[in-house]
Amino acid sequence: MRFKRMWAIYHARNREFFRDRAAFGWNFLFPFLIILGFGVIFKGDYQTQFKVGLFPIFPSGSVHQSIDLLPESFVAFKAISLVGFETRAQGMDKLKHHKIDLLVETGTQPIRYWVSDSSPSGAIVERLLKEALVPSDSAVRFEKKDIQGRQIRYIDWLFPGVLGMNMMFSALYGVGWVVVRYRKNGVLKRLKATPLTAFEYLTAQLISRIFLLMFTLVVVWVGCDLILDFRVYGSLLNLFLVFLAGSTCMTALGLIIASRGTSEEFTNGILNFISWPMMFLSEVWFSIEGAPGWLQASAKIFPLTHLLKAARQVMNEGEGLFAVMPEITILCAMTLAFLLVGAALFSWNK
Amino acid sequence: MKATAPMKPLLELVDIHKYYKRLRAVDGVSMTIGQGSCFGLLGPNGAGKTTLIEIIEDIIDPTGGTILYKGARRAAQFRQEVGIMFQQTALLSFLTVAETLETFSRLYDRTESIDHLIQLCHLEEVKAQLNDKISGGQKQRLLLALALLNRPELVFLDEPSTGLDPQARRNLWDIINTVKSQGRTIVLTTHYMEEAEKLCDDIAIMDKGNVIARGAPMALIETHCRRATLSVPKVQFPEKPGDLQGVINERGDRIQIRTDNVNAVVSKLLSMGVDMRGVNLQTPSLEDVFLKLTGRSLRE
Repeated sequence: MRFKRMWAIYHARNREFFRDRAAFGWNFLFPFLIILGFGVIFKGDYQTQFKVGLFPIFPSGSVHQSIDLLPESFVAFKAISLVGFETRAQGMDKLKHHKIDLLVETGTQPIRYWVSDSSPSGAIVERLLKEALVPSDSAVRFEKKDIQGRQIRYIDWLFPGVLGMNMMFSALYGVGWVVVRYRKNGVLKRLKATPLTAFEYLTAQLISRIFLLMFTLVVVWVGCDLILDFRVYGSLLNLFLVFLAGSTCMTALGLIIASRGTSEEFTNGILNFISWPMMFLSEVWFSIEGAPGWLQASAKIFPLTHLLKAARQVMNEGEGLFAVMPEITILCAMTLAFLLVGAALFSWNK
Repeated sequence: MKATAPMKPLLELVDIHKYYKRLRAVDGVSMTIGQGSCFGLLGPNGAGKTTLIEIIEDIIDPTGGTILYKGARRAAQFRQEVGIMFQQTALLSFLTVAETLETFSRLYDRTESIDHLIQLCHLEEVKAQLNDKISGGQKQRLLLALALLNRPELVFLDEPSTGLDPQARRNLWDIINTVKSQGRTIVLTTHYMEEAEKLCDDIAIMDKGNVIARGAPMALIETHCRRATLSVPKVQFPEKPGDLQGVINERGDRIQIRTDNVNAVVSKLLSMGVDMRGVNLQTPSLEDVFLKLTGRSLRE
């Protein structure tokens, strides 16, 4: 093994990354825009979750004069927004296509409404409407208590997810797809003709990608933090170590995909097959708490699941390195397994 | 067939074969390649040249057979001592010509000066350009420079001038001739007979995975196609030529004489007062050798 040879490939790959302006810019812009977008959307304390259609409303969209016709506690609920329609047919069309959750005809006694049996949101709004119709004095069965301790903003919960997702795509495509392209166009064959060994080449690719991922992470973090002021309750160093373990693991996974094949289309399919379930089941956007047990268990096969669990423990809950050690250990074990499989399968030209 | 080279062998191939399912790409080739020679592997597309050369280069594995380099099986040192220019290859993106040479030079223990290579391969004007922004001829010269980067004892050139215009091709030949004059062993594949004739001093003709003829270009022609063709304007040709020691055919406004004894025919024509300024002499080429041996053209 020669470090000089690994350094040459590492250096060339980094140059390629930094000089490909379009890809370089997108690597930073993509996570930055997503985080910024969600930061703006969820800046308020409350979000509109449900849409209720009203008809007949003239002109369409002006619902203010009809608000009095609905229970005050219902329309005052901030999670509900009202949308007016001139005819019942217009409202029904939106309801059937799940554009609204509930449709109410104004000025009728009793109130007539339509709701889709297949819509979970519709069922919730229906329940809200029924609750609002019950006299308030009979509803004193609950006592609201405030959450004790710190409350985590959605954007603080989402931030590690978006960073992890960006890291996943960059690791898988930046190694898997790129190496397959190199094999197809003969770059790997040209390298095989030199004294460079497969181990040296793969190690250089791995280290280069980890460096680029961590560099991107730091830049995006600092940029987003300046605008959205993230709250990190744990140690930044621990968080860095968690992301380092995650990026290494996902790059190693990329090396398995890179180990064989000359079809970019097929590789693209494989990358999608891996990355999309990983994105949805690893809790990037939403928690899968409450999902069937087998689904939650399946999610644990993904490195991103362990990365995000550890990152959120450090960032949102202020946990130390010891608390996230199980996740880091799993990531390291996965890395080792992926590297062994990738190295065993690797071919310069097949 | 078993072919031999006159020089001390650098490479020895013993019963090399490579099969892809039903296709016999290389079918039992045995030969030696002499040290310091420029060995040409000549044949039409699909003859098995690239497969054979890539087996020798240790890029693909043969189905069977043995290759000896300097009398022993190829070891890790083989890659330090050979330079390879592939028929089709891409280079690392977003690197300049000079950076590409610099990157590859770090992969070897012993390297040529990059400035010298840039000069040798006429890359001075493009050395600061990205390697995907240079012309086809410049790219071929860069690939040749990469093949020479480690001061190789053995240089493989697979179809080095394919796709180049005549001027770029001649420029490349000049560089290859310079390398040849340095005493390095060159193994070259081509389907351009002119290229083989200009560069090679030892040739093997391949067809359907087999070596069907072997020798120096002139020796091959002498052995397989001695007959030359003299073309005389019809108006100058005597009505009663007598015995010209050749086969006479009329082709439009010219008379063609195919003969094994050009000197005798020319003497006879001169004695009959034919003005030699109007006479054309077509000597046989490797193309004719190939045509005779296989019944097909090299470019088919």
